[in-house]
Amino acid sequence: MKKFLEGSHAVAEAVKLCKPGVISAYPITPQTHIVERLAEFVANGEINAQFVNVESEHSAASVVLGAEAAGVRAFTATSSQGLVLMSEVLFNIAGLRLPLVLVCANRALSSPINIWNDHQDAVALRDSGWIQFFVENNQEVHDFIYQAYKLAENPKIMLPVMINMDGYILTHGMEPVDIPSQTEVDKFLPPYNPPYKLDVDNPLSMGLLGDPTVYLETRYAIQKTLEDVLKIIPEVGGEFESVFKRKGIDLVEKYKIDDAEEVIVAMGSVCGTIKDFIDKKRKEGLSLGLLRIITYRPFPKEEIFNSLKDKRNIFVLEKAVSLGNEGPLYTEIKSLFEGETPYVSGFIAGLGGRDITFNTLKKMLEIAKKDKVRSYFLDVNYSLLKEEFFIYE
Amino acid sequence: MSNHLKDHLFVSGHTACSGCGQAIAARLVVDSLGKDTIVCNATGCLEVFSSKCPQSSWRIPWIHSLFENAAAVASGIEAALRYLGKEHIEVCAFAGDGGTSDIGLQALSGMLERGHNVLFCCFDNEAYMNTGIQRSGLTPYEASTTTSPAGKIWQGNWRPKKPVVEICAAHFIPYAASASVGFPQDLQRKVKKAASISGPKYIQIHCPCPLGWGFDSSLTLEIAKNAVLSGLYPLVEYEYGKLTKVFKISRKPVIEYIKPQRRFRHLLKDEKVLKELQGVADRNIEYYGLGKEEK
Repeated sequence: MKKFLEGSHAVAEAVKLCKPGVISAYPITPQTHIVERLAEFVANGEINAQFVNVESEHSAASVVLGAEAAGVRAFTATSSQGLVLMSEVLFNIAGLRLPLVLVCANRALSSPINIWNDHQDAVALRDSGWIQFFVENNQEVHDFIYQAYKLAENPKIMLPVMINMDGYILTHGMEPVDIPSQTEVDKFLPPYNPPYKLDVDNPLSMGLLGDPTVYLETRYAIQKTLEDVLKIIPEVGGEFESVFKRKGIDLVEKYKIDDAEEVIVAMGSVCGTIKDFIDKKRKEGLSLGLLRIITYRPFPKEEIFNSLKDKRNIFVLEKAVSLGNEGPLYTEIKSLFEGETPYVSGFIAGLGGRDITFNTLKKMLEIAKKDKVRSYFLDVNYSLLKEEFFIYE
Repeated sequence: MSNHLKDHLFVSGHTACSGCGQAIAARLVVDSLGKDTIVCNATGCLEVFSSKCPQSSWRIPWIHSLFENAAAVASGIEAALRYLGKEHIEVCAFAGDGGTSDIGLQALSGMLERGHNVLFCCFDNEAYMNTGIQRSGLTPYEASTTTSPAGKIWQGNWRPKKPVVEICAAHFIPYAASASVGFPQDLQRKVKKAASISGPKYIQIHCPCPLGWGFDSSLTLEIAKNAVLSGLYPLVEYEYGKLTKVFKISRKPVIEYIKPQRRFRHLLKDEKVLKELQGVADRNIEYYGLGKEEK
């Protein structure tokens, strides 16, 4: 059934269909609509879940950790400061091998405080052992929820999944979303039956002290599992497609890149703008395509390399920066082509919710034509820099 | 040995120091609760010495997550059990005094306020022992620790213990109590009483630490007893915020409690400072009505 929904409500509808036993969250903009809608569902008996209103995101993550350890499917959502406050617990959840699903409404990090979108929050957690997806639209975020549980709860995986959706742009943006029936979802996603849990009939100790003789192996094990995840993601996506007749989760999306000489690489909702831009530029005779990174962790190196290796120019456009170095996605893409063609240039744009428009993209192509750039900030207001920060270019 | 293993839910083979009060207390608590118990343990001595991979001393389901979140993880486990209809299982959060009174206080308050059916046990050995004897919010007045050392100017810890039992009681929870390994029957009675009540419960257990306090490991129980009998560690019970019961004592001078302990050694040389500590005990006795002579 199609409904006209904002992204937050598309998430809540999907979570409802996954029948979680425990939901816990702490208010943070622009995530709040997700848990408000879930609270309504619980309040009206539409979801048979325990809804735990906590006193911080640290505790929200800890509550769902405990629920998952007790063998119950759980859900939480957060954003920005909430995600980094959770970060200690998020590393812990991955180390405990608990298949939690979390939705992050991507938002800039303070200071200065800024409630608008960029990807700095999720990117800061890229080394935590979580599987990380970046979605483009509301249908995708809805569909990714079922697939995320299916993937995470695979006994061969048992790792948490973070689904990243752009704050405001998707969380508050309305789009038609196709919502399947409970029967269809039940067919795709079986009840959670973990291989290990806290159970008085079969007592286990979880979260043991791992000294230097065992710790390294726990990290190696996650690394190996994440390598397998790269193979399992397209399988789960394929299964989803066969049930729901829509494209499922994947590693990357290739938009008009087969015949393209130049390719933009990006993540998230900005890819919609980029696709329109490409359509326009192609009419003007430019041979341009888009490689959208859907799976950011594990990083699909092979898929990216094969998609880009024959191209002349690659433009990595990202909404995050590793301050003091360059855009983190740029660093990773460039490392695949060390000393070889294509030439990879790196652009940072849209931080703190600055709109990325056709003009931004046009400027990007112009700069790349003239200069070899690694961490070029697009749309900088140089007079503001001069007046407020005394930086002269 | 086989009997020992069969009878206890927290078993030997762990790496606690000899005379560790916390190990005794943990065993007393879980043995009182029985096998239908799940424990969530905060980071700290108890967690470290009982769970070195691939071994574990716990014969009940047990999880360690982080330092400050035991109450929140326990809340999640309890919510999951409610969802599963397994409310008969007792969920416990275990933490040391730092994990309770300092870094874990927010999560503890949240758990109490939300009304989870969880028993939170604070194993109070009065400093961060796992990291090397640094002061916590539950370090007593004038105790010398590595971050509150007695010196030419400092006389050890400059603040009295944070009133965590009272802070918990102020949440109007059904049960908040203090106990001591020095009085194991009283401790076990309190644990069983807590387990019989649905809702959030808090028990703070005084656990002498031979290494951190600087005393011979054969003296653990004697020192624990003297802490209570001197009035420095009042054993009290609160129900719904109201003080309902105290453990009556005949006054023992605090000097008898502190004499064997290195952390209070500087008090023996300074009568004025010793008097101040005696004052803390006297105030406790008066405030809680601990004296046997009083009604």
